Amino acid sequence: MSDIFLSTVLTLDASVRVCVPLIFASMAGLFAERSGVVDIGLEGKLLMSAFIAASAAVVFGSPWIGLLAGIFASSVLAMVHGFASITYKGNQIVSGVAINILAAGLTMILSLAWFKKAGITPTLKNDQRFLSIDFPGLELMDHIPILGVIYRELISGHNILVYLAFAIVPMVWWVVYRTRFGLRLRAVGENPKAVDTAGLSVESLRYKALLIGGILCGIGGVYLSTAYNAQFVKDMTAGSGFIALAALIFGKWHPYKVLAACFLFAFLDAISIRLQGIIIPGIGEIPVQLIEATPYILTIILLAGFIGKAVPPKASAQPYIKEL
Amino acid sequence: MTRERRLSWINGLLLPFLNVLTAFIATAIVFVLIGVDPIKATKILIYGALGYDEGLGYTLYYATNFVFTGLAVAVAFHAGLFNIGGEGQAYVGGLGTALVALYLNPALSAWVVIPLAISGGLLFGALWAIIPAYLQAYRGSHIVITTIMFNFLASALMVYVLVNVLREVGEMSPESGDFIKASWLPFVHDVFASFGYKIAKSPLNLSILVALFFSGLVWFFLWHTRWGYAIRAVGKSNDAAIYGGINPKKIIVITMCISGALAGLVGINELMGVQHRLFLNFNFGYGFGGIAVALMGRNHPVGILIAAFLFGILYQGGAELDFELQNVSRDIVVVMQGLVILFCGGLEYLYRPILIRFLAPIEATE
Repeated sequence: MSDIFLSTVLTLDASVRVCVPLIFASMAGLFAERSGVVDIGLEGKLLMSAFIAASAAVVFGSPWIGLLAGIFASSVLAMVHGFASITYKGNQIVSGVAINILAAGLTMILSLAWFKKAGITPTLKNDQRFLSIDFPGLELMDHIPILGVIYRELISGHNILVYLAFAIVPMVWWVVYRTRFGLRLRAVGENPKAVDTAGLSVESLRYKALLIGGILCGIGGVYLSTAYNAQFVKDMTAGSGFIALAALIFGKWHPYKVLAACFLFAFLDAISIRLQGIIIPGIGEIPVQLIEATPYILTIILLAGFIGKAVPPKASAQPYIKEL
Repeated sequence: MTRERRLSWINGLLLPFLNVLTAFIATAIVFVLIGVDPIKATKILIYGALGYDEGLGYTLYYATNFVFTGLAVAVAFHAGLFNIGGEGQAYVGGLGTALVALYLNPALSAWVVIPLAISGGLLFGALWAIIPAYLQAYRGSHIVITTIMFNFLASALMVYVLVNVLREVGEMSPESGDFIKASWLPFVHDVFASFGYKIAKSPLNLSILVALFFSGLVWFFLWHTRWGYAIRAVGKSNDAAIYGGINPKKIIVITMCISGALAGLVGINELMGVQHRLFLNFNFGYGFGGIAVALMGRNHPVGILIAAFLFGILYQGGAELDFELQNVSRDIVVVMQGLVILFCGGLEYLYRPILIRFLAPIEATE
């Protein structure tokens, strides 16, 4: 019994770790899409930030500089997306695809130019990374049967970015639903014309949303290369940006529901590793690929309206053209 | 020149040219940033891609894949659909080709096997596109999101099939056995040799004729058939199409099937033409490359042939750069792809305000 309990806690713990970049990226996407700009480029921004953060951390010897550099890199890409899709009213999906491909290529080219190896950065030493933090009173809590394990494995022992990820969700909720900016943000994604008529700048609101998205996505990327791992490796995001996009849809563009979706998808990921080779009586072995594909399948079913209905912000993907 | 003609000249030629030029200048800047002389790099690239017959063979071989995926993206664009799923459709299309080429009776003639194997690719590519198409048309889910999801599903499916079904007993690597001989598309150098001409060996095979054939077919289909007209009508204006008696839902499904089928042909070149077996990620990057090719070629088969040839040059020349220069890898092509998509797609209107301002005084004098 205690074995099953421990492995459940450990699986949940792994889910928490996998969940973090998904949270940052999906919250980034939430801001963009709530403002009416579709952001397919989450994956590229995560990847670029992961690479720049690992490079800066190794060169300057500090994860904090890595954090700033990663945020900067991701924000630059976010602004490119804004420039194309807000100022020049280009196709937002095309621009997002461009950012993903650009990031995939640039990380390879720059790593070769800077570190003489394509698609990899030097391994970070411990003082160049975000390390896990042990909470006080671990020994004391160990004496308490179930709670002790949960406290030690699940609550304590993560790095600061993990706690930041979970703290950011209520903040996002507060900004989107309880501030003036949030109200305008939601309005501009549903009916930009009304916002324009009220004398507010649609363009500036959308740029702000994308910039916030760039910063959040940046932190997600930094986490991947300087906290979850100790270096950048080729294509290390492995579709996280797209899973985040799926979580955003699955959570119907609402921060808490999106968080739940991120956790569900992360849990599926964590459990797929544990289920490898395990034979379930009566069913047989579940193919790992099927579990890996579940987030995508669930999102497709949801989008098709078979389990509830996901309705995106009305003005999403439409550039706003002022009538003269 | 009338105003109309001048505008079509600007939109059709001048703007795309300026956009491509900007993408190349941006690439040159990337070269300078990593300490490579862009002029030297261009020379190596062009010589590697066009300077000798082996290089040219590789260039055309890569271009063949880009023709297929470029056409796939373009056909969907004409109906106003953005098919991001070319990657997955190409992958699953390869499975269709492989199933025919693996399990058909080896005694059959190539004249039977090859058309069947090509049809297998067309069919499976179309099948992989039909669900996103149906969901877009009848359930309102956005085709971009569903096709992205289907790319991931395709790669999960293919890993499963290759590892658990098609892998031969005792083999470690996830790949199928060899295709039957009758399904092999002849190499161009072998064809030339049979006529007595000797050219260098390269992976270029007769799929390039298939690519040219389908380019012509797409052109004829889009501009000279009823369905082609309906597709373009839906792309221009959904409401007008309905008023004209066209059912846009049906057209969406038809368009995506054609688009998926075209992407499914990548396997013809890669599998029937070169590797003669099915393996992981043979499609890698061509689906997304097709987006760049379609944007650059302005969704017209002639433009796509030119753009695909250019990307073939970049792919082959990029490999040469990798070989010749120490601090460049062939991933520079991926960067260029990204820049082309950015400047020819996302930022396609970049120069329009400037050109309009430039033209205003000329128009005022007329």
